[in-house]
Amino acid sequence: MERTEIFEIARNGLWKQNPALTQLLGLCPTLAISTSVVNGASLGLATVLVMALASALTAALRNLIPYEIRIPVFILIIASLVTMVDLAFNAWFHSLYLVLGIFIPLIVVNCIVLARVEVFAAKNGVLSSAWDGITMGAGLVVVLALLGGLRELLGAGTLFGGIDMVFEGARPLHVLPEAYPGFLVAILPPGAFLLLGFLIAGRNWLEERAARRARGAAHEARPAAA
Amino acid sequence: MNAAFAATARNALILFGFALAFTALMAITWGATRDTIRASAEAEKMKLIDEVLPPRAYDNALLSDWTGIGPEPALGLDAPSRVLRARRGGEPVALLLEAQANDGYGGPIRLLVAVGADGSVLGVRVTQHRETPGLGDYIDLHKDRNKAHPWIRRFEGRGLAQIPPERWRVKKDGGNFDYVAGATISARAVTGAVGRALAFASAHRDALFSAPGGARPAGGG
Repeated sequence: MERTEIFEIARNGLWKQNPALTQLLGLCPTLAISTSVVNGASLGLATVLVMALASALTAALRNLIPYEIRIPVFILIIASLVTMVDLAFNAWFHSLYLVLGIFIPLIVVNCIVLARVEVFAAKNGVLSSAWDGITMGAGLVVVLALLGGLRELLGAGTLFGGIDMVFEGARPLHVLPEAYPGFLVAILPPGAFLLLGFLIAGRNWLEERAARRARGAAHEARPAAA
Repeated sequence: MNAAFAATARNALILFGFALAFTALMAITWGATRDTIRASAEAEKMKLIDEVLPPRAYDNALLSDWTGIGPEPALGLDAPSRVLRARRGGEPVALLLEAQANDGYGGPIRLLVAVGADGSVLGVRVTQHRETPGLGDYIDLHKDRNKAHPWIRRFEGRGLAQIPPERWRVKKDGGNFDYVAGATISARAVTGAVGRALAFASAHRDALFSAPGGARPAGGG
């Protein structure tokens, strides 16, 4: 992998092609699980692991897979990988499994994994594909943690609720006063749609602003050059 | 025609090969992890049991001292289950029952109920539920925001001697038990299920304790 390629792939995963904000893939688990920072980040991290493995394995096998039957083979690879990761975590990383365990089977239905395998890993080398899986997953982690944080803050007035399941003894932050009545809609699925909408709008606004500035800079640059 | 057939057959074979290879990989993983997973599942179960029944209270090998019961409508179960029996020096201490409230807001609520030999509830825990997060999920000890007096612990020490069966309801329905306003359904379901489990355990107490291990109790169930 060249340096520029490494940066390009990372930029794609985290910002330009962010799976949750731009590709809008894998919304089902995204919206269902992002009720708190801890839940959102945990699902995201489990997805990173599966995406890295699935993309690397597909890239390694890509020359053996006939084009016509690629989709069933990809699904086979992803589903078997998730099953094996699930079993391995349960057996050998049990304390981590207690946190991520319920999320791992959800990844089978997350189409972002299949999408990256089909779009990227089927045409690229093992290292690039693994890196693509990791950065796409990282893009998901950021958005899920952000969405979870917003929902938790509005819904319950706390942040990092359930952190004691990950780090023993850690305490959630009570950002808003104890008497905060909670805003239930934020925690229910409609709240997830609404807040995701705001996040997408925010991302688009930043992109547009950057584009406007680039245009403005180009305008100013021309007379000077003339 | 023949070329197309050959190509299809080739693809089918390749797909078959992939399916075979990955099934084998999964089978190997399953075989390698089976024993560890079983051990940690038992440890999990023990941890949950410890929450409803302190380990000091009994001295028998709890997980292996069980008696099977058939699908028991009084416990809300439509499949056979096991009743664990805690003893101390051979004397009955407590029965541990699985129960299910089928009238939860988000579907069935699974419960673990410990009933003392004296006929009082020793502890209740919700083991599985899908009640609304932030609203009805206070029935789960770990989700209850009232850490000082969690709702699920209100049953502890209560028995049919003090509270007759028809009063094992939430206050709104004329019973004895509190609930959180706005989320009555979850509390109503759990309270009813605990009351029915307690009534079942009390009625079949002796049969359940004396049934041979791993068998259906005579007359009970």
